[in-house]
Amino acid sequence: MATTIHEPPKIDLTQAPISTSGGGGGFAAAGGDLKLLSTYSPPPATTAVWVGIAAITMSFIAFTSALIVRKGGAPDWKHLVLPPILYWNTAVLLASSFTLEGARKQVGAYMRGATAAKSAFWLHATLGLGLLFVAGQYLAWLQLRAQGLYVATSPNSSFFYVFTVIHALHVLGGLLGLGYVIRRFHAGVLRKSTLDATSHYWHFMDVLWLYLLFVLWSKI
Amino acid sequence: MHDVSHATHHGPPTTFIRKHIFSTDHKVIGKQYYALALVAAFFGMFLSWIMRIHLAWTNAAIPGAQLLSSNGAPGGVITPEFYLQLMTMHGTIMVFFVLTTAPFAAFGNFFLPIQVGAEDMPFPRFNMMSFWVTFLAFLVLVASFVVGDGPTLGGWTQYAPLSAVGAASGPGQGTGAVLWAASIGLFCIGQLLGALNFISTTLDMRTKGMSLMRLPLSAWAWFITSCIGLTAFAVLLPACVLLILDHVAGTSFFIPSGLVINDKMLPHSGGSTLLWQHLFWFFGHPEVYIAIVPAMGIVSHILVTNMRKPMLSHRVLIYCMMGIGFLSYVVYGHHMFVSGMNPFSALVFSFPTLVITIPATIIVLIWLGSLYGSRLRINAASLFALGFISMFISGGVSGFFLAQPSLDILLHATYFVVGHFHMVMGVAAMFGIFAGTYFWFPKMTGRMMNETLGKIHFWMSFVGAYALFMPFHYLGLAANIRRYQAFTDDYLQKLIPVHQFVTVAALFTGLAQIIFLYNLIHSRFWGAKASENPWEATSLEWSTDSPPAWNNFNGKHIVVYHDPYQYGVQGSMGDYVMQTSPEQVATPGDEK
Amino acid sequence: MAKFVAVTIFVIAIASAYPIIGNSWFTAAPQDISTHGYLIDHQMKDTMIEAGVAFLASQILLAWFIWSFGNHTTKDKLGYFPGGAKAMVIAGFLLVGTEVLALGVFGTKAWASVYFQPPAADALPIQVQAGQFAFYFRYPGPDGKFGPLHADLINEGNQNYFGLDTTNDADSKDDIVAAEMAIPVNKEIHLLMHSKDLGHSFFVPELRVQQDFVPGLDLSLHFTATKVGKYEIVCTQLCGLGHYNMKAYLEVMSQSDYDSWLKQQAALQ
Repeated sequence: MATTIHEPPKIDLTQAPISTSGGGGGFAAAGGDLKLLSTYSPPPATTAVWVGIAAITMSFIAFTSALIVRKGGAPDWKHLVLPPILYWNTAVLLASSFTLEGARKQVGAYMRGATAAKSAFWLHATLGLGLLFVAGQYLAWLQLRAQGLYVATSPNSSFFYVFTVIHALHVLGGLLGLGYVIRRFHAGVLRKSTLDATSHYWHFMDVLWLYLLFVLWSKI
Repeated sequence: MHDVSHATHHGPPTTFIRKHIFSTDHKVIGKQYYALALVAAFFGMFLSWIMRIHLAWTNAAIPGAQLLSSNGAPGGVITPEFYLQLMTMHGTIMVFFVLTTAPFAAFGNFFLPIQVGAEDMPFPRFNMMSFWVTFLAFLVLVASFVVGDGPTLGGWTQYAPLSAVGAASGPGQGTGAVLWAASIGLFCIGQLLGALNFISTTLDMRTKGMSLMRLPLSAWAWFITSCIGLTAFAVLLPACVLLILDHVAGTSFFIPSGLVINDKMLPHSGGSTLLWQHLFWFFGHPEVYIAIVPAMGIVSHILVTNMRKPMLSHRVLIYCMMGIGFLSYVVYGHHMFVSGMNPFSALVFSFPTLVITIPATIIVLIWLGSLYGSRLRINAASLFALGFISMFISGGVSGFFLAQPSLDILLHATYFVVGHFHMVMGVAAMFGIFAGTYFWFPKMTGRMMNETLGKIHFWMSFVGAYALFMPFHYLGLAANIRRYQAFTDDYLQKLIPVHQFVTVAALFTGLAQIIFLYNLIHSRFWGAKASENPWEATSLEWSTDSPPAWNNFNGKHIVVYHDPYQYGVQGSMGDYVMQTSPEQVATPGDEK
Repeated sequence: MAKFVAVTIFVIAIASAYPIIGNSWFTAAPQDISTHGYLIDHQMKDTMIEAGVAFLASQILLAWFIWSFGNHTTKDKLGYFPGGAKAMVIAGFLLVGTEVLALGVFGTKAWASVYFQPPAADALPIQVQAGQFAFYFRYPGPDGKFGPLHADLINEGNQNYFGLDTTNDADSKDDIVAAEMAIPVNKEIHLLMHSKDLGHSFFVPELRVQQDFVPGLDLSLHFTATKVGKYEIVCTQLCGLGHYNMKAYLEVMSQSDYDSWLKQQAALQ
């Protein structure tokens, strides 16, 4: 039985870089050998983030079903005009995914020893854009309040707040994760699987937001 | 498989707080969950005693009851609303804080990492958070006893609009209902954090040689349960959020328009009461499998050790547990046959509800078939495991009735339902917890429990539980309605003596649990010292110290050579070979 | 001890089954006074037999194996159940499969008799309103029409339980409201169900009907009573502290008695 080490030890940046292809490479990481694949287990961070994504997806499916039932159940459904800032916020969030991918390339290159400069610029940029997104969402809520639309004013406004607030809370969670990644990178103990898992979560926040935006635009 | 011997980078904890309070050690967390479940179980049982005494002798003063609540039990006589509040808290505490906590969170946290050969779970801080969030949830729930007009009275199912319209609908429906929803919401978060760890542990932390099929049945049960819990709790949490909003923010998710209470029209409009039922039962049905599947795994694990012979098929048991897990999502409508949902849906839900009997039956048949030709050892643990089989059969068989909508017309909301779920959850799952306790206590504490007291506990509980819950089925057939604090209907008068018999049985069974508690506490401090492997068992937890060191295996590199149940073989130590032993012996069907 | 356990399981199994097989007074279902109830009762009997056989067979097998193999030691040879796991899987599928077919498929008839047939055109319409903690019944009166409900006019103090506006709504003027439900025997009733405040449920065991009231939804039931007598309607959906006491009487009368009763009620409005 092969003793493949799938969870590389924390990156000791004072030493020669260690191959990181073992962390989450799937078939390739198993060396293309099908038999090894059956004994391969992914790093825990990867499993954990997919578990988390599954749970969050289920929650939003539950909220969506509540929306569908509510919409069809009573004649008091009045379509909301979405505050335009929502579209700016969407662009900001999408941009943050691109910066995060940039960060992965940058950090990955440093871990492989391809570059000497230890820069977390793109990580910080992602964090900044994420904060900007949450601030923008807060502005959207203020704009709605200015129109007299509070959480209980109409079923449409109820669902608007529920969807956007809960999403924003999860984005804040993602920001905490990014903060954790930045801290560990600067301390020189960042695992590639941790960075990968955090990016999966962050991109999921994007995809989830696009879905929610579509639901808000078309149904609410 | 990968090398996990260096997963923990820190040394053992040194301070008292780090060792016993805010510990990231899965074993400590497991024991904390067990302690929480123990306190919850006795509190919940205490509530049930008051309920049962009140049902049997409705107008009698229960001495001391006024201490529990001065306006709920003036002069010791339980008021109608207080009865419902006790009932709601009994159900909520038992289902969440005992049946989800003990077999899954307590034993699972302690033993899953050890059974897969890991030093700890991969996210120990999330694990610690999971316990403390659950503990907080318990405090929030119990706090409702001391606020305003007491706990909510809407049952553990909290159907809307009763649960959503607030104080207008009755005592406890204001603050009490909000506390209930907040508590359960917190509980969901705690369990989701736990599921994260359980799933990653099972999939990613197995030691060298430990393939998935070589995991013991208890490990598989915990893994399957955490997968079920992941999706189930993720739906209950949104439901609780929406319910809280209906209370505190004036929304109308679950409250339709035109409702009039006390001649005053409520300001809400447009919500759907059936929506709550759909969301709740989508969680609620898988929840009862979350309660029973770990017990199935624990009982299977204990049975094999005490039969000295592997199960007829390890794989089939696993596939059946998985099958139950999958099917648990498509049967939930059987709680809603007469709810006003489309009658055609009733047939759609009835069919898989009947079909889920197939994997459950196969599991029972495999247990029975494995008993055949075995060398069955009788001790407290195996007695409770055997008792589990009997109880599970009894509880399962009443499910045949409830799975059919036409019979549900007669049996819905009667004591038949109460008998069914108490048999499977209140007794069978509890027996699984007891079996696990007697079996694993030596490993968890390094001491043996008293066998004689254990056997007395079994006999009293087994006979007592049958005397207590079997009559519920008869009461249900005679159309005795549930959730009634007193029986004022003409046709129910003749059934009151049956209730009195049941109450005596309940108190008798309760007495047995006090014997158990005494045994638990006494053995913890003064029990005989336990060896590493008192049961001559094969799985990984028995190849380490009792109790295990802080990193489980003392830094030893664990390698697994066998499937988990090599019994009935010519091993060097006896009729068994441990999973960690490299010796090759002739065995039937070694799992690779 | 193994033998004690085996005997106990055996005795408990027999003792549990006996009250049902022996049709004791405390296990018998209330008498059936409905036209569709025989289908439900037939289904119940079938299920009782199948469940009973499964229950007794498995408990007795369990007891027998504990008796036979309890406290065996390494001196006794290990045995394996003939057929092994494969036999169990096949048995599980066959036994339960046939049971599922029998109960599930044939059981649809009983369900369909209640829910999949529309009420007869000449069924007598009666509206029942459930609210904390009483049932009230409304009859349409000679015009055969129910007046509209106005929730904002509900006033229990003035006994306007339904929120009727008898001044302005012509159809409401002759509606008859009563605290008990009287129906003529052998006549189909179309029961319109309305909830004033919360979830409740309408259950008459003898009539073999049970249905929740859902606030905001207009549900209905139809049934025919076949025996004169006084029966209880009980609420079976937890609705608050008075739930245990929420009931009304159902009086099944001859047609002439019913007509007199209705005249009396009309005079009391």
